[in-house]
Amino acid sequence: MLVLECPCCGITAEETEFHAGGEAHLKRFGPESSNEDFENYMFMRQNPKGVHLERWRHNNGCGKWFHAARCTMTLEVFGTYSAQTYEPPKEICDIISAKRPGWLRGAFS
Amino acid sequence: MSTRLATGGRLLNKSRVLSFSFNGTTLKGFEGDTLASALLANDQVLMGRSFKYHRPRGVVASGSEEPNGLVQMGEGGKFEPNQRVTTTELFEGLKAKSQNHWPSLEYDVGALNAKLSRFMPAGFYYKMFIHPRSFWKHVYEPIIRHAAGLGAAPKATDRDADTYEHFYAFCDVLVVGGGIAGLQAAKAAAASGAKVIVAEQTAHLGGRAVVDGGVIDGQSAEDFVTAITAELEAMDNVTIRTRMMGAGVYDHGYVLGYERLTDHAPEMAGPRHRLWRIRAAQTITATGAIERPLSFAGNDVPGVMLASAIRDYAVNYGVSSGDRTVVVTNNDDAYRTAIALKHAGLDVPAIIDARPAGDDSDLMAQAKALGIRIMMGHGISSVKGGKRVNGVEICAQAGEGAVLEEIACDAVAMSGGWSPVVHLWSHCGGKLTWDESQASFRPDPNRPPLGDKGQGFVSVAGAANGETTLNAILNDANVCGNAAAKTAGFKGKVAKAPIAQKTTERAMLPVWLMPQGAGYKLRSKAWLDYQNDVKVSDVQLAAQEGFTSVEHAKRYTTLGMATDQGKLSNINGLAILSDSLNQPIPQTGTTTFRPPYTPISMGSIGGEARGDVFQPIRRTPMYDWHEANGADWEPVGQWRRPYAYVQSGETVHEAVMRETKNTRENLGLLDASTLGKIIVKGPDAGKFLDMLYTNMMSSLKVGKCRYGLMCSENGFLIDDGVVARIDDETFLCHTTTGGAETIHGHMEEWLQTEWWDWNVYVANATEQYAQVAVVGPNARKALEVLGGMDVSADAFGFMEWQDGTLGGFDVRAYRISFSGELSYEIAVPASQGQAFWDALMAVGADLGVMPYGTECLHILRAEKGFIMIGDETDGTVIPQDLGLNWAISKKKTDFLGKRAQEREHMVNNERWKLVGLETVDGTTLPGGAYAVGEGTNANGQRVMIGRVTSSYHSPNLARGIAMGLVLHGPDRMGEIITFPGTDGKDYEARIVSAVFYDPEGEKPNV
Repeated sequence: MLVLECPCCGITAEETEFHAGGEAHLKRFGPESSNEDFENYMFMRQNPKGVHLERWRHNNGCGKWFHAARCTMTLEVFGTYSAQTYEPPKEICDIISAKRPGWLRGAFS
Repeated sequence: MSTRLATGGRLLNKSRVLSFSFNGTTLKGFEGDTLASALLANDQVLMGRSFKYHRPRGVVASGSEEPNGLVQMGEGGKFEPNQRVTTTELFEGLKAKSQNHWPSLEYDVGALNAKLSRFMPAGFYYKMFIHPRSFWKHVYEPIIRHAAGLGAAPKATDRDADTYEHFYAFCDVLVVGGGIAGLQAAKAAAASGAKVIVAEQTAHLGGRAVVDGGVIDGQSAEDFVTAITAELEAMDNVTIRTRMMGAGVYDHGYVLGYERLTDHAPEMAGPRHRLWRIRAAQTITATGAIERPLSFAGNDVPGVMLASAIRDYAVNYGVSSGDRTVVVTNNDDAYRTAIALKHAGLDVPAIIDARPAGDDSDLMAQAKALGIRIMMGHGISSVKGGKRVNGVEICAQAGEGAVLEEIACDAVAMSGGWSPVVHLWSHCGGKLTWDESQASFRPDPNRPPLGDKGQGFVSVAGAANGETTLNAILNDANVCGNAAAKTAGFKGKVAKAPIAQKTTERAMLPVWLMPQGAGYKLRSKAWLDYQNDVKVSDVQLAAQEGFTSVEHAKRYTTLGMATDQGKLSNINGLAILSDSLNQPIPQTGTTTFRPPYTPISMGSIGGEARGDVFQPIRRTPMYDWHEANGADWEPVGQWRRPYAYVQSGETVHEAVMRETKNTRENLGLLDASTLGKIIVKGPDAGKFLDMLYTNMMSSLKVGKCRYGLMCSENGFLIDDGVVARIDDETFLCHTTTGGAETIHGHMEEWLQTEWWDWNVYVANATEQYAQVAVVGPNARKALEVLGGMDVSADAFGFMEWQDGTLGGFDVRAYRISFSGELSYEIAVPASQGQAFWDALMAVGADLGVMPYGTECLHILRAEKGFIMIGDETDGTVIPQDLGLNWAISKKKTDFLGKRAQEREHMVNNERWKLVGLETVDGTTLPGGAYAVGEGTNANGQRVMIGRVTSSYHSPNLARGIAMGLVLHGPDRMGEIITFPGTDGKDYEARIVSAVFYDPEGEKPNV
């Protein structure tokens, strides 16, 4: 059972306090988008062995959504950050790069 | 025979005799006994029958690794099968029965399987029960089910009479194992100031050292344990729990502790088991090692036991496992058993040592000095005896088993070396390394389980880490304890390791088969996994048949798949597999141990969450009134809603019919408080709701209501309800009862993660209001009698809402209808709910008022063809399927689900669409029935062309009415289609409009 820190309220808590919400930083494709774009947005998800950027909600706490950068292999948590962003912040990327040199976002290892 | 010795028994209180029963016979034991030691003390060596061949079996071990000694205990609500005799502490009145035999333990018909064992090798069931396919369900399955399972299941009508609880604990260092390694590690960690918890699965601290002896810091091992225990108990930062097993290690330092509080004393008050949910910064597993059996023919005959177990029974419980014990070994440790037995005055005819002759170690010299005959380079060819050992045939270990000599004996003490208990290390990903010198896997300190910062959070101390001598164990534990405290952030004092007297030991010799060249006959009687009846020959057959992966071989032979998870058999089985594959053991690898370490009770997993506290129940403010007035409750999410109000002398169905007629003819009251009420507020509220609902909400005028549909981004209908515009920036969205929390979450998700720059707030106000639907021709009259606001048709139109007072209550009234009747839904503050309900009942008395429940609500809406989320929808239905195109905006460029609904298979004409269904003979269609068309599909099944989504008997129309989704349904009005029922009958129904009652909508329009 993971331990995560909610970046909104600052609480460090057990996984049971949170709810996982899948891959982070999806770009929404609505009406007028091509079938391929919509399919990718709606259904296609990364399943990396290694670094993953995920959405979580502190649903049994402050109720806020946030993002977590996590290793799916070792379960190491590199950091959590605001959900109100299109890209992982530089400091999170730096932490990941320091621990997983050569890491590229979205690349499958 | 096995019997109680005059001396020994360090754990016994001989002044307290306990009586217990085994298979109905009353026996005596002492306080401090385990069930195993007490049975042995009564010469009850035969304790059970094996799983597959029903071989007679006795106890092999003395601890939690025991595979054979499984019994069923207790009766009624205390009945439990598969309890290990070795971990069951004796108590007064204990009742145990052996398992897996018929008619009795002594004479078991199933033992015929043993005679046929040659024809029942590995994979027997797969090979035997594959053809013909038609036999699978009615011939093979009953046979296999009859043979399956060890103990009996509790009776379905019995409820667990005990209680259980969860306990949350946090510490810096958790030490699992209360042997000398665990105690020393705890002391080292605690010296720094760290908060330490020590968990020991048995009732006693000290582990093996107190049985094996040795001198530590000039004291006996026993005195050392007493002293260090006292020291730890005196420290405020140390908690020691005995009878608590470290059951499993999980992500980020989460550990489950399984504490057995009253198993040893059922008369004690309080919960039986306590599940500790521990978060530890660092966990030290000081879980010791488990002795391995040797694989020789007849190694499962009752009386053949692990050498350490025989020693434990003699020293801890003063029990002799036999008068004459032959020791067979490949290492020094078993000599301790020979020496202990000799000291207890018992006969040890010989020590059969598979190692070649060479220099004597201290222990070997001691045994020799006691006059014990030692046969180096020898092994056991075969054990004589059926239900009890009566002798062993001796052979050269190097040969094929030619018998050199037969030695009479009634017990055999075997030792194949020791395997560190690596289970907890492995649970969360710790990797293992092969230790050539001990022929065992031990934890690889470079590859520990990793925590949230990527740090190792488990370390291993003592014998669990592969250490074998007292000095090395204590030193390792001390280093481990110091390091764990430091890693957990404590930089205080560093403890020093105690020093034990050194003794010389001769290296062990890996022996995987005895004798080395044993032929098939011997190999097919050499057991690896006692509980699942897997023999050396089975693993060899698996390898021969191509099951070369350890994971495949395990599943094919069932090696290590019994309730003991292969604690005794794992390494022996791997070694045989590796040998068959001609590859070293590390190359074969090992299967991974999974939690829990030994089975834990289902009750402890549930904890307090059972019965009334299994989950919270949500009650409306009028709950007690409903209860007092005959409510037949229906769970709706966590809410309880009245299904109907049953009056005396009527059935539930009759009550529903009465309520449904009365609401159409007079006046009905529905407690609608559970409907979701979500407030959406802010300058961008209209824009936000335009995205959430399929229709336009931003154009709704203040004071008006509008019915809306919500879809997921994937296009499917997820909720519906009436939206009221409260003011320019405020909307109140009604949701379904079950959907309130989900829809609130859905709104939050889109607001926080997609449109976070929109200025909108949402709040779930469901429980702030009690809401009553006042429904029926007399609805307006009732409100007029209450008095206050003007509810006339002119002043208060359909799909409008108003704030005001009624009968002195502050209300918000909505003129909306889910029944097709004149109807007002009136919200009052939750605290006023009951009083308002009472007032309505009072004024309604002359107007034919009756409360109605959810089933009546369903019939009323079905008569009108109104859809219900969860009936007409199931997560695959789009609004267009339900003919709700009128509620989908064509003006909006975007809303959730719009793009998805444009997909090809959403717009084609092959989707099933909503229609009304009317049985030809007026009966009621079975709910959920499927309609069949012409022909069959690729699987030979009849083609389906539709299904029933709602079906009721309508008392107002005096016939069955239904709605369903049917292929090309709206284009087939008047056609009759067939629904085969599960009762074998065909139901014929005509496709009609879904609006059965008042199709012109005149009734509410007054």
